[in-house]
Amino acid sequence: MSTTLIRGGRIVDPSQNIDRVGNLFLRNDRIEGIDTGAAVADHVIDAAGMIVCPGLIDLHVSLREPGDEKDETIESGTAAALAGGMTSVACMPDTSPVVDNRAAAEFVQLQCARAGHCNVFPLGAVTKNHDGQELAEIGQLVEGGAVAFTDAKNPVANAEIMRRALEYTRMFGRPIFNHPLVPELAAKGIMHEGYYSMQLGLRGIPAGAEVIMVARDIALAEMTGGHIHLMTLSTAGAVEQIRRAKAKGLRVTSEVTPHHLALTDASLSNYETNFKVDPPLRSKEHIDALIEGLRDGTIDVISSDHQPFAEEKKQNELDSAPAGVVGLETLLPICIKTLIETGHLTWSKLIAKLTVNPATILGIQKGTLKSGHDADVTIIDPTTSWRIDPAKFKSKGRNTPFAGWEVKGRAHTVIVTGRVRHRV
Amino acid sequence: MTTATASVFGVRWTKKHLLGLEELSADEILLILDQAAEFKRLAAAGETKLAALKGTVVANLFFEPSTRTRTSFSLAAKRLSADTVDFTASSSSLSKGETFYDTAQNIEAMGVDQVVVRHSTSGAPHLLSKLLKASVLNAGDGTHEHPTQGLLDIFTIREHRQKIAGLTVALVGDILHSRVARSNIWGLKKLGARVIVCGPSTLIPAHVERLGVEVSNNLDEILGQCDCINLLRIQFERQRSAFFPSIREYAHFFGMNGDRIRRAKSDVLILAPGPINRGVEITPEVADGSHSVILDQVTNGLVIRMACLHLLHNRRQEESP
Repeated sequence: MSTTLIRGGRIVDPSQNIDRVGNLFLRNDRIEGIDTGAAVADHVIDAAGMIVCPGLIDLHVSLREPGDEKDETIESGTAAALAGGMTSVACMPDTSPVVDNRAAAEFVQLQCARAGHCNVFPLGAVTKNHDGQELAEIGQLVEGGAVAFTDAKNPVANAEIMRRALEYTRMFGRPIFNHPLVPELAAKGIMHEGYYSMQLGLRGIPAGAEVIMVARDIALAEMTGGHIHLMTLSTAGAVEQIRRAKAKGLRVTSEVTPHHLALTDASLSNYETNFKVDPPLRSKEHIDALIEGLRDGTIDVISSDHQPFAEEKKQNELDSAPAGVVGLETLLPICIKTLIETGHLTWSKLIAKLTVNPATILGIQKGTLKSGHDADVTIIDPTTSWRIDPAKFKSKGRNTPFAGWEVKGRAHTVIVTGRVRHRV
Repeated sequence: MTTATASVFGVRWTKKHLLGLEELSADEILLILDQAAEFKRLAAAGETKLAALKGTVVANLFFEPSTRTRTSFSLAAKRLSADTVDFTASSSSLSKGETFYDTAQNIEAMGVDQVVVRHSTSGAPHLLSKLLKASVLNAGDGTHEHPTQGLLDIFTIREHRQKIAGLTVALVGDILHSRVARSNIWGLKKLGARVIVCGPSTLIPAHVERLGVEVSNNLDEILGQCDCINLLRIQFERQRSAFFPSIREYAHFFGMNGDRIRRAKSDVLILAPGPINRGVEITPEVADGSHSVILDQVTNGLVIRMACLHLLHNRRQEESP
């Protein structure tokens, strides 16, 4: 028996519409309640001036193990997640081998348990070897713990395969996550197609490549009744399509990353590979639309799309460097900078997109401080300033576009199933 | 004419690298042109071998095949008495999986002073300039810039017309993929020319007008207005990517032939960065005709590259004790 009192923090739990100063009580690995609990606790954490919220959930993370342990391991990736305030992450199946079978999904969870940092929920591949040809053994993957299905950065290009996948996963109540991009329009593209791609002579990826795939996926969701989750939106057109689909009541959800909110395509002007991401950084008008989508609920989730790469892979010319940046350890401060400090979102709205919303999409009993639930709690220090220094990352990946940024706010204490796993 | 330590309006060369014409001022461009003119005058007077770069090493790093530009740079360096090393992708360790970064460091370790780099990726010279202590000269990066080609085109025009400001220059062909077009646009605009880009709508990138150029899809319409027409090379593989239906159709609408020359201004200059596809963007009678300055361009390329190597070298001398 062990009890913990988190005292005097601003408790923000969007799952219960709570935003007030109070005391949060934990008993063993469970939430006991807010302002109701043992008068004398074994452990007391002073949270005055802090925000106390459900443990953050990142539903889009690549941990690279098995196969690319030079880039990241489940150990280092989950340590990075904790440092960023996440108590649960959903990891992409684009490892080597691909998580397209039950054994692979179970291996991920075994490595996660060995590391002992945060919770990991494996995502299974939609198709065998995530190459878009044949459905993976989705049912077996569900039995092995996969919570949703995606071919990661490979868009499911074949509409027939996507149709069957949406129909088949409906039977298990699991969503398909798609990377919405028409491959032919995006082929060999480096950046957003616009003024800067013209000026810099870099091959562009038109916004339409995303909008067309989003429209197709929405039509397929309507046709099949399946749940489509559209990953890492970057365009105004996609937001508009999803807004209309939601108004029709379709099972469509979506996410955006902090870097797509904080950076524009002009960042590529220095030809730095840490600004090459997939989908590409877009222009200001797209960012404004993404922010509006977050405000009105069209975009449900903010994810890191954590893509760690060993230094030698990114230290290359733009054509051969892989796309992607690390994000677990910078998600929170960049969200604060782009959304809270600017007044676009309230803390409650931001935290919903990092807790209850991703939990609902993944279908996991997380993201809430309701009594009886797992005691996953993140205590956020919202005011302390710090400088982003990749050398201090827990992640093996140092490929951040935010190196040297002065930011405010970070995860102060992170509790996973009742135990303090990270503290500043 | 200016001397070998040229400066116009008191302008001094301060740049460590030559990465593109975008980053140069009009005065800096004129400084290079004047220096090149000086080298051309010296050569005409029989002074073909100068000691300016004696004791220094110029490395030609060509990650993409090129004969003309590499030869031109190599000869320019030799004319200035530099030692040269040639490094081409096929003879290099690049195919063995060495990273761009490792290659650069190896070159650096050989004590190279200036690196001339050609690469199929836009921005590769910029990356190199951040990694190396040597000066980097961009000899063409992807579809971004080809500054010495832009400079030699402008030099050739100035040589024939004694000015750039007020001239109307058309760049015809594949603007989308052309590093020559971008360098020409920056340089010509800075020196006050009117620039028209002309080609099939699939090969003219959106937003190009924001660089201050006019856009046309009809060569015959603009023909009579042009003082100079620069015919960009059409790459045959573009046809396979559906940028235009056939080479024949391209030549029909955008090829420079005798009929079009007769409808152009009587003193129109025809330039082509080469290598040219005879019968595609240009017919033999135009390429070899009286309006063509194509071979002048090649000659001038040598002195432009000498001028660039020389100015970057002087800047290095001032920097080191």
